[in-house]
Amino acid sequence: MAYSNKVLDHYERPRNIGALDRNDPNVGTGIVGAPECGDVMKLQVKVDDANRIVDAKFKTFGCGSAIASSSLATEWVKGKTLDEALGIKNTDIVKELSLPPVKIHCSVLAEDAIRAAIADVKKKKTGGAVPSGSEAQATA
Amino acid sequence: MKPSIYLDNNATTPVDPRVLEAMLPYYREKFGNAASRNHRYGWEAEDAVENAREQAAAVINASSKEIIWTSGATESNNIAIKGTAHMYADKGRHIITQVTEHKAVIDPCKYLEQQGYEVTFLKVDKKGRIDLDELRRVMRDDTILVSTMFANNEIGTIQSIGEVGALCKNRGVIFHTDATQAFGKVPVDVEARGIDLLSASGHKIYGPKGVGLLYVRRKKPRVRCEAVLHGGGHERGMRSGTLNVPGIVGFGAAAELCRLEREQETPRLTKLRDRLWNGIGEKLDEIYRNGDPERALPGTLNVSFAFVEGESLMMGFSNIAVSSGSACTSASLEPSYVLKSLGVGEELAHSSIRFSLGRFNTAAEIEQTIDQVTETVQKLRDMSPLAEMAAEGIDLSTVEWAHH
Repeated sequence: MAYSNKVLDHYERPRNIGALDRNDPNVGTGIVGAPECGDVMKLQVKVDDANRIVDAKFKTFGCGSAIASSSLATEWVKGKTLDEALGIKNTDIVKELSLPPVKIHCSVLAEDAIRAAIADVKKKKTGGAVPSGSEAQATA
Repeated sequence: MKPSIYLDNNATTPVDPRVLEAMLPYYREKFGNAASRNHRYGWEAEDAVENAREQAAAVINASSKEIIWTSGATESNNIAIKGTAHMYADKGRHIITQVTEHKAVIDPCKYLEQQGYEVTFLKVDKKGRIDLDELRRVMRDDTILVSTMFANNEIGTIQSIGEVGALCKNRGVIFHTDATQAFGKVPVDVEARGIDLLSASGHKIYGPKGVGLLYVRRKKPRVRCEAVLHGGGHERGMRSGTLNVPGIVGFGAAAELCRLEREQETPRLTKLRDRLWNGIGEKLDEIYRNGDPERALPGTLNVSFAFVEGESLMMGFSNIAVSSGSACTSASLEPSYVLKSLGVGEELAHSSIRFSLGRFNTAAEIEQTIDQVTETVQKLRDMSPLAEMAAEGIDLSTVEWAHH
């Protein structure tokens, strides 16, 4: 199985690796997946007062396609408002990275990670309820 | 780019140039059919086949009359298991095997289950060894066959074959062993170990693909297998079909080289493998060796690198060809059933790499491998959320993960 050049590029030069302070009220953290399934993604977003994403970081345990999907996700969410970022679909990631069918779950996980991170920061901002569909977050 | 360091010799081996040289005349001028009895073409082909039979038999202390040529170990396993089951169906319909067998043993056994046979799959301990007491307990009056592999392809663990053979002899049960990984690499003596049926393959011993053998004991007891392929009654009626003469010549030459060189090759490979393990261990923590270091194939090293996933690891050292127990590398998206059966956690199965060293690997290649593997693991651990959580003191086993 050969990897697409874009997957290789993200694997070789992953964008936005690292961590943001998860206790910062402007930072949302999403952790999705499970080690026994072979992939865990942690994606973090930092927003400004206008709820625009000014920074994003990720760490991923997973195959090259999982690393590339999360790397791409951090690139794409930067500069978007939270609601705009929710518009990113896994199918967009599949298309951009030319993921084969067996790797579609990597893109689903990346979408889940974006949603989980956004839900977390929204919750912090409003102190309110978590919107549905974003419960995919691990808790230590 | 094609990897230039090949450490996947348990998957297949390159053909030794000496083997290829031996084969070539049988593609060119000596192209006869070994079953042609009326001319020199046939005679020289038959002579070559019989010579190869002697060469192969010598590796396992068998008689050449006990060697049946096949297309490979998968076919040998099918004949041994299905052929025995059908031949001895009147005596009983119970078969014993183990969970870490290759699919070429497990699948014929599962097929027989559908045919009304009963199969007991022995569990293994964390080193990959079966429990002989358990084997003794599960043997019944209607047990007709025990099939336990000689050495495991993923972790290299060598079973107590002699003890299994003795137990089988004692109970009058036929004993088959899949010796695909062991043949020519470790001492295999069908007499000393009470083996009745044994499978081996050409392409694991620096011979060609598409040729294998099944050893079938002729005396004490005389074992019979019903044919799987019919059409001419070649190979004592157990395997019809025109013989693959160049392939068989290659098998014979490869087997002979293994026999003559094993005494030097085993310590060389063992040293390289130990250097690889120690070299990685000097630079990395949280690594786990899977299998039984005390009783293993000389060239096999299976390691789990905590917090990093196997396929991404292999991407990182793309100059080295290895294999992984990670789900991402399998069609089923399930991690290695062999590693799971050892009780290795699924996350460590996903993090496993099998290095299988062979005849053409050098010490310099192992040093390069150590460097590239440790660099890649470091790089991936730097981007691993699991490594980060572990560093924060979080016990990963207590985390409630969101399964998907």
